[in-house]
Formats: sequence, C-alpha cells, structure tokens
Amino acid sequence: MRQAAHIFRKEFSAYFISPIAYIVISIFLLVTGWFFFATFFLFNQASLRTFYALLPVVFAFVIPAITMRLISEELNVGSDEILLTMPVTARDVILGKFCASLAMIVAMLIPTFAYPLTVSVMGQLDWGPVIGGYIGAILLGAAFSAVGLFSSALTRNQIIAFIIGLSICFALTLIDKLLYFLPQSLLGVFAYLGADFHFQNIAKGIIDSRDILYFVSVCFIGLYGAYLALRLKQ
Amino acid sequence: MIQVENLTKYFHRLCAVDQINFGIEKGEIIGLLGPNGAGKTTTLRMLTGYLQPSSGNIRVKGLNIDKHILEIKKILGYLPESAPLYHDMLVFDYLNYVAAIRQINGNKKLARIRHLADLCGINEVMHQPIGELSKGYKQRVGLAHAMMNDPEVLVLDEPTSGLDPNQIVEIRKIIKEIGKEKTIILSTHILSEAEATCDRIVIISQGKIVADGSAENLKKTTRGQNIMRLCVQNADFKSVQETLAGIQGLENIKRVSETDSLLNINLSYSSTADLRPEVYRRIKETDWVLLEFHQETQSLENIFRELTKEN
Repeated sequence: MRQAAHIFRKEFSAYFISPIAYIVISIFLLVTGWFFFATFFLFNQASLRTFYALLPVVFAFVIPAITMRLISEELNVGSDEILLTMPVTARDVILGKFCASLAMIVAMLIPTFAYPLTVSVMGQLDWGPVIGGYIGAILLGAAFSAVGLFSSALTRNQIIAFIIGLSICFALTLIDKLLYFLPQSLLGVFAYLGADFHFQNIAKGIIDSRDILYFVSVCFIGLYGAYLALRLKQ
Repeated sequence: MIQVENLTKYFHRLCAVDQINFGIEKGEIIGLLGPNGAGKTTTLRMLTGYLQPSSGNIRVKGLNIDKHILEIKKILGYLPESAPLYHDMLVFDYLNYVAAIRQINGNKKLARIRHLADLCGINEVMHQPIGELSKGYKQRVGLAHAMMNDPEVLVLDEPTSGLDPNQIVEIRKIIKEIGKEKTIILSTHILSEAEATCDRIVIISQGKIVADGSAENLKKTTRGQNIMRLCVQNADFKSVQETLAGIQGLENIKRVSETDSLLNINLSYSSTADLRPEVYRRIKETDWVLLEFHQETQSLENIFRELTKEN
C-alpha cells in the first residue's frame, strides 16, 4: 500500500509538471461552462440539471485523455521494466495510477463549484441534488478512469489507448439511448448497464446502493482487466 | 548466491532461452556474452523478475523467485538496456522517487542521493529533465537508480552501449569499484569489455550456454588456429614459401601485402608446439631483413566466433 502511495504521488505531480493537466482542465471548464450557461437562462430554473445531463458525455471524452498515458507511456518508453523490477507489485502500480487519475478528476471538478455558487446567488438552489451530483460525478469519474486505465494497459500507443477508452466510455454513456429498436422489456436491462442511467439517478439526489454498486463493479472490472493486461506482458 | 536451473523461456513458439544452468558466487563479476538475439536480455529479465520463466527455477540467496519475488527485488538492482527512464522528470526528482519506493527515508535519503551522485558523476545534471540528457548521463542516472538500495546483486544490461570511449572507461571503473563487494551480472557484446571487467564469462548462443569460465580458461581450452605475423625486407613470396616449407605443423603461408621491398605474411598453424624458434632459425640463414615477428595469442574474438557460429 505504501508503494502505491509513492506511485500515486509521482503520477499526480506528473500531471501538473507537464502541460496536460492545465490543458485538460481548461478544455473541460470551457465546454461545460459554455453548454451550461448557454441554456441556463432559457430554462429559468435554479438547478444544475443541464450541467449534469452533459457531464457523462464530456467525461467520456476527457477522462480517456487523462488516463491514456498512464500505462501506455511506460510500455512505450520501456520504463515499466524499471518500475516492475523495483519492489512493487502490479497491484500497487494499478492502484497508484488509478488514484492519481481520480485525484486529477477531483482537481478538475473543484473549479465547477463556481456554478452552484453562482446559481445560488441568482435563485433558490436545492443543494441536495447538487451534492448528490458531485458524489455521482466522482463515482462516474472513477468508473471511467478504471476503463481508461484498462485501455491504456492494452497498447503502447497513447492514441489507440485514448480511442479504445473513448469507445467504451461512450458506449457505457449512450447504450440506453441508442437502442430504439429493442422491445421495451429488454431496454430496461440495457439501461441498467448504462453509466448515464445510474449517474442521473444519483444526480437527482437519490443515493441508491444499486447505483453505487454499479460504479464500484465497473471500477473493479476495469482495474482487474488492467492488472491482467499488465501481468500478461510478463 | 544465485542458482539458475533449467531456465527456459518461450515467446509463443520461439525458444529464446533453452535449459540454462549456472550458479553465481557472492562477489563475482559475471559477463554474459553472446551475439544479438542470443537470449542475454531475456535471461536477465527473468533473473530480475520482469519476465516469468516458461519453466525452470531461479534461486537468489536460497529464496525461490516464484514465491519470494518482493524479497528478491529488495536486494537486487537492475539497469535495463538503454536505461528507459521517465523523460519528463528531473534527475533529482527521479532519484527521490526511487529512494521513496526503496523505502529510504528522511536524512538517509538525501545522503544516499548525494553519495550516488558523486559516485556516478551526475552532480551537474541533477536539476535537468532526464529526456534532455545525453546518452552517457542517462546511463549514469540509470546506474544510480540501480544502486539506490545498495543492492547485494547488481544486474546491468549492456551498461556501456552507446557511450563514447571516455565514458566507457569511466563506467567500467565504477563497475570495478562496486564489484569489490557486490555480485555483478552484466551483459555485453563487446568482448574486450568482458575480458577487462569480468571474473567469469558465460557465452550464450541461440539460448544455450556454450562456454563458461574465466577469460584465461576459455582461451586455454578452446583451440582455434594460431597466427604468426612476419614482415621481411629483401624477400619475395616464392622464396619465403620455399624456405619455410616443411616445418612440422605449419599449415598455410599467406601473403598479406607485397610492395617493392616489404613483404607481409601470415603463417597459420594449429599445433600446440611453439614454432617460433624454427621459423627464426630458417630466416637467419637467408639474407632477408626481419622487421617484424609477432605471434598472435588466441583472442577472445576468435573463441567467440568459433562458439557462436550458426550451425
């Protein structure tokens, strides 16, 4: 565990040493800020619903960009050989890197506190869904990070890692919206597989153990897949 | 210190390392020699736990590598081929990170980094990104990385490849210095390097060990062709052939070059007897001027070529 903490610290500071963090955070804030406030005054409602409606799609783009370098860069440079011959296990590596990307996502979300603060000045804001939404955002971010980490462990090419991660995250987000042709009974099952469905539940302010279980399962599957991919290379 | 038994590694159906056995004593410097693709790097990667063997067994200090990999990694230092380090990090930050993972803390950490910086001569680049360093400095940072935990066993994969001659001499000096107390395994395809730095040489070809012993022993036991070089004045090739004909054991007389007055020839023979007195006696009876007379000792290059020839 201590080793994972060292890896976490190194990876997290690596985000801020290189320009990645600043670029990703500014793009994220620009996109969400623009789409949120562009329609905000039309609805004439003091809520963050449009922000949360948009968040899964934005995350599906941004998070694979954050995670793409985590393992594939090591494979490309060959530094995994140096890392894995020090007294660390593959589990420490995966866990440390996962926590680093999660911390990066939290760092990315912190400036968006400005939105609810602004909105609360203009009208009566119900803080329940807002807090639920942030908890959901962190869970969603964790699930997508795990998926991104898995795709990063598959290849030494960062762009391919990004595209694989993007495809999986996108599929998870939109799966229940693309299946018009399926009978109603099956649709429920597919909606249950979709990340958006669970996220919107939490964003309503209802924290249900089923939704939390879903995100934890996706995290676990993604991280275990990354672990296997890394071990298989040996 | 290290026992390797029947070590085998397959990559899909390609056999990279084939039933290798060897043992290494404490304090030895071992040179792993072989042509490209012979299985040197694969062997080292299995020794350091980066690759898992397809079959066979490795024990370090009596600990089995399957079950005690973390304990073994703690007493091992490894410098992979061409030192693949994190390019974005500063040298100091990198060594700091390695020290943290090696669980060296507090005051000891800074002292250790300083000591290694002095030993490897990287003081002047401590605050530069690793990606901007020259190959030689990168190699030295890699060496500092490998020695961070004061390892009992140091594994170096081609530590001098891509370095200039001055840097090679320096790295060798460092290796010799460390080798006084530590067990070192290094791989190389530079023969003179193995001869200069290693106590023992293991030659690998096509995944198998083809020779194992000190440089002197290898030279003694492997018999190739011996060569004597002569340079004479006032002689033509034909008369040389006639004069030297009939010496017991002499196999071939070869003209290397012939100018107006100078004739260079190579005499090759495979007998163990010393032919020099007889050759000299015969030349003395002529009116040639003998300018050079030199017997080549069996070089490691010849042995290497002999042993690693494709069948």
